[in-house]
Amino acid sequence: MCLEWLQENRHLKINAHRKLSRKIMTQPAISTANLRKEYGQTVAVQDLTLTVPAGEVFGFLGPNGAGKSTTIKMLMGLVTPTAGQVSVLGQSPGRPAARAKTGFLPEHFRFHEWLKAKEFLTVHGKLYGLAAETLKTQVPRLLEMVSLQDSADTRLSNFSKGMLQRIGLAQAMLNNPALVFLDEPTSGLDPLGRRLVRDVIHRLKEEGTTIFLNSHLLSEVEKTCDRVAFIKKGRVIRTDRMSDLLNRATEVHLRVDAAPPALAEGLQKLGRQVQVNGNRVSLLVDSPEIVPEIARLTMQLGLKLYELQPGQTSLEEIFVRIIETEAEGDLV
Amino acid sequence: MSLLTITSLTFREAWRKKLFWVALGLGLAFLALFAVGFHYVLVDILAHPPGEARTGPGMKIFISQISGIFLILGLFAVNFLVVMMSALTSAGAIAGEISSHTIQTLVTKPIPRWHIVLGKWLGQSVMLVIYVIFMAGGLTLVVYFRTGYFPPNPAAGMSLLVLEGLIVLSIATFGGTFLPTMANGVLVFMLYGIAFAGSWVEQIGAALKSETAVQVGIIASLIMPSETMWRMASDLMQPKLIQEAAFPLISLYSKPSQAMIVYAVGYLLVFLMAAVYVFERRDL
Ligand SMILES: Nc1ncnc2c1ncn2[C@@H]1O[C@H](COP(=O)(O)OP(=O)(O)OP(=O)(O)O)[C@@H](O)[C@H]1O
Ligand SMILES: [Mg+2]
Repeated sequence: MCLEWLQENRHLKINAHRKLSRKIMTQPAISTANLRKEYGQTVAVQDLTLTVPAGEVFGFLGPNGAGKSTTIKMLMGLVTPTAGQVSVLGQSPGRPAARAKTGFLPEHFRFHEWLKAKEFLTVHGKLYGLAAETLKTQVPRLLEMVSLQDSADTRLSNFSKGMLQRIGLAQAMLNNPALVFLDEPTSGLDPLGRRLVRDVIHRLKEEGTTIFLNSHLLSEVEKTCDRVAFIKKGRVIRTDRMSDLLNRATEVHLRVDAAPPALAEGLQKLGRQVQVNGNRVSLLVDSPEIVPEIARLTMQLGLKLYELQPGQTSLEEIFVRIIETEAEGDLV
Repeated sequence: MSLLTITSLTFREAWRKKLFWVALGLGLAFLALFAVGFHYVLVDILAHPPGEARTGPGMKIFISQISGIFLILGLFAVNFLVVMMSALTSAGAIAGEISSHTIQTLVTKPIPRWHIVLGKWLGQSVMLVIYVIFMAGGLTLVVYFRTGYFPPNPAAGMSLLVLEGLIVLSIATFGGTFLPTMANGVLVFMLYGIAFAGSWVEQIGAALKSETAVQVGIIASLIMPSETMWRMASDLMQPKLIQEAAFPLISLYSKPSQAMIVYAVGYLLVFLMAAVYVFERRDL
């Protein structure tokens, strides 16, 4: 009976949570306009305009020193912008109330290492204003979620780098946040740890949490993010849905018995960067829908088509291309 | 309340970093040393008492005089320790957390930043009060149990010692909001040096009737009023006889006015508010 009641109660809570997240979902989780941060002479973030829809996993990508961490710090109220507007969950991040529904794993994950893991989560839970009762269940649950249940009574000074990063991740989820900022959450983790973080992100997303993720591990980003923004020198140079981005960059290889100029001309209309190499031809197309068109074209020209291979360009390649190209027009 | 969470975190840190045991252990060693030294000096002096102490009542006055002087000398050392302890424990309290980035997980919680500043300050203040009661109270009891001498105004005197420590704490709290630990420590000790030197300049100036020297000393005590608190404490806690004997270390030629207490409280509040102001606005 007790169990039933618990489940019932839990159900109610989840529903309440859902309702809350739906309410939050009607507005973007984050929006910034012309955000700028200068440190003396250094311009860390130049002119950042960004909208992060609620409920998505948002990847924030860019080379070292692009201003990613500085942006997160502005969004968490750690750093005051030199200019521009920020709104996080509809509020100004400088206000304590705005942080009640956010979680944060900093890039430099250093914590009070004289605390034991359990104490660390309890103290930070109290700072979130959670009741002791709630923490009694929440702390063990989170320790288990980051596979640290066996180290609950170990001092953080005895933790390895990866363990610290995981306890930091647990700390960012104490308050069942609506929005979580993860600044390179897998930088210190082994492959198992990275998978764990990926699972945690998936779970958070299922609960309706918005996730803002900085990472250089693009294969991770590719697997987890719904949307990515590329930033360079403190400006967003491009924002895309992950699926669009990966599809758009479809590279098609074909092998034909001959490649007359008419083929190249026809392909030019269907895609870009057509390259003919003997009887092998490659081009980039913007949509997978183009692939059958290519087949039809070769038929119309009376050519024999031996191979037609749509390949997928990895996010890493896209990243390099985008970052190395100055202007936005001639991407990919 | 989150301010008190920070305060209790400060206690736990002191405990875990063994500050408590070291302070207790060495404090006991200090008290023991004092007790032994006091005992043997008494034995020595009583073996060859001066002429006026040969009678019963004369002896009693003589013993309380010796006890009073000894206690003030012990308190002089405690006053030093209070300043050192306050400075050393607080110089890095905020500065260290900023440089190690541990501050980032604290200030991104839904709490106002001033809770962190005042929470830490409160924790250190409570520890300071305990330290003063333990050390100054310990000395007083050692003397009392050995000779039956009890100083005048013990509570007021100890409160002034606490106030002295609080001044140091507040300066270090302020410095820690924008200086690295080491520079902050240097700031606090240099200010203490100014106060210390100023106090002597004032005393010697008063003895030599040099108006200018007294002025210089007063200005120094306005820049940093901590040493003045000690002088007022020692003045309160010694019997009139010592003051007449003009013992150079501990008696006062030039007495600070009571208004200095008000000034000192205002002084530390200003530093605390400045600490909050700077910390609320700085990038972390
Ligand atoms: N506190 C600071 N003072 C001065 N300059 C800073 C400060 N923090 C960052 N910067 C500068 O701002 C720029 C952006 O730094 P930021 O840490 O935001 O980059 P990032 O995109 O997170 O890089 P990484 O991928 O290496 O983490 C860099 O040129 C850096 O040197
Ligand atoms: Mg960074």
